[in-house]
Amino acid sequence: MAYSAKVMDHFANPRNVGEMKDYSGMGEVGNPKCGDIMRMYIKVEGNVITDVSFMTFGCGAAIATSSMATEMIKGKSIDDALKLTNKAVMEALDGLPPVKIHCSVLAEQAIKAAVADYYRRQGIDPTPIVGEIAECEECACEV
Amino acid sequence: MNRIVYADNAATTAVSTQVLEAMLPYYKEVYGNPSSLYAAGQKAKAALDQARADAAACLGADPDEIYFTSCGTESDNWAIKGAAHAMKKKGKTHIVTSAFEHHAVLHTCQALEKEGFTVTYLPVHENGIVRVEELEAALTEDTGLVTIMYANNEIGTLQPIPQIGKLCREKGIWFHTDAVQAVGQVPIDVREQNIDMLSLSGHKLHAPKGVGALYIRRGVRIPNLLDGGAQERGKRGGTENVAQIVGLAAAMKAACATIQERREKLAAMQDKLIDAILQIDRCRLNGDRKERLPGNASFCFQGVEGESLLLMLDLKGISASSGSACTSGSLDPSHVLLSIGLPHEVAHGSLRLSFGDYNTMEDIDYIIETLPPIIERLRAMSPLWDAIQQGKVNYDAYM
Repeated sequence: MAYSAKVMDHFANPRNVGEMKDYSGMGEVGNPKCGDIMRMYIKVEGNVITDVSFMTFGCGAAIATSSMATEMIKGKSIDDALKLTNKAVMEALDGLPPVKIHCSVLAEQAIKAAVADYYRRQGIDPTPIVGEIAECEECACEV
Repeated sequence: MNRIVYADNAATTAVSTQVLEAMLPYYKEVYGNPSSLYAAGQKAKAALDQARADAAACLGADPDEIYFTSCGTESDNWAIKGAAHAMKKKGKTHIVTSAFEHHAVLHTCQALEKEGFTVTYLPVHENGIVRVEELEAALTEDTGLVTIMYANNEIGTLQPIPQIGKLCREKGIWFHTDAVQAVGQVPIDVREQNIDMLSLSGHKLHAPKGVGALYIRRGVRIPNLLDGGAQERGKRGGTENVAQIVGLAAAMKAACATIQERREKLAAMQDKLIDAILQIDRCRLNGDRKERLPGNASFCFQGVEGESLLLMLDLKGISASSGSACTSGSLDPSHVLLSIGLPHEVAHGSLRLSFGDYNTMEDIDYIIETLPPIIERLRAMSPLWDAIQQGKVNYDAYM
């Protein structure tokens, strides 16, 4: 198993890392038993994600996918952020080892969870917009 | 420029200059087949005989009780499957082992279960040590083999081998030990310790990868591993890997001759490291503090995942390993850490540092200086550490 140079760059120098205090939405996915948790904070102004940050407990790929995902949605509209797929995150990182694909799924889900939280705080039911955030099918870990 | 610290000697070691020089003549000069009658063959044969004598002396065995193999896994497979099939002829179908054996033993036992053997996997408790009274209680009239590792490969704990050997000998049950991590690190005497079979591997003690040995006590008769020529007294056919066997024996001889001084050096390094690392908030040493290999230190850090820890250390020039799932390509944490009662949440944050002949106290100092800020950095971005800090989850009972 080897990581691409891009994965290593985002792991060693993660972008947008850390807690955000004045967030508009916050989502957390994964669990400690499986060994990865991703928390995503977004700040939304006029339907645009003006700021984003993450906190991740997990392997190198988990940290790198979180970092890359934040870069890919920063400054984007909520609609565009919701269109971000795990595949796009993986491609932007020049690929992930097969056993690490679930990390990119978590990153996609963490964004959706943060957006869902944002809508909930607005008094809007997020389910018709964001959809159900299912358990990651790539996560083979037994909870 | 970072210092380079190789702290994964339990995974493998560098071939020493002394070993390499002992081996080299057997590639281009003395390349004869040891089974050949002419001088070049007989020279190789003499080297092989000397290697067998040296390896045997290191274990307190006789030369004709040493069988050279290709690796520790081969030795384990041969010993356990061979013993199982031999004992079955006497109507015995029960094997006793421990829950935290190397996969070379565990998967072999599981394969035998599919053939109809029954296997008891003894618990190893919080300190990572098998209890002899529990082993005794597990023995039945059907038990034909006990296989317990000499020292654990992940957490370094030493097992009560002499006591187990004595018990098995009294009961007339064969006793095999996977001593891959222990040979050259702790004094071993197969006679005194009543060991019937012992597996070892070259590359853990500065010999090359691809060579190992199995000690089989005279009188313990197990089926041939490879039918073929008369090599290894007909039990493992195939032209001998002369150069590597010479290398293995040279490494064993050097290690056994210096065991006491190397133990003292490693123990001083280990003590300093463990004392310093345990200063880090919410971390634990895995396995008994005293009954362990002198070169092994295994820790778990709450709120940190092992693979990211290893990658951070690697960026700082430190090669280490982890029982962490991610490194092995599986998503479940190490069976060893689970066997000592750790929950997955804690086992994910593991780090194994293992030292050998080429490490120095400066290496330890560098690790002591480098590791805490890495833990701090990973915890600062960890939602799990955040939850621990806020008291939402608590794993302190395992520390």
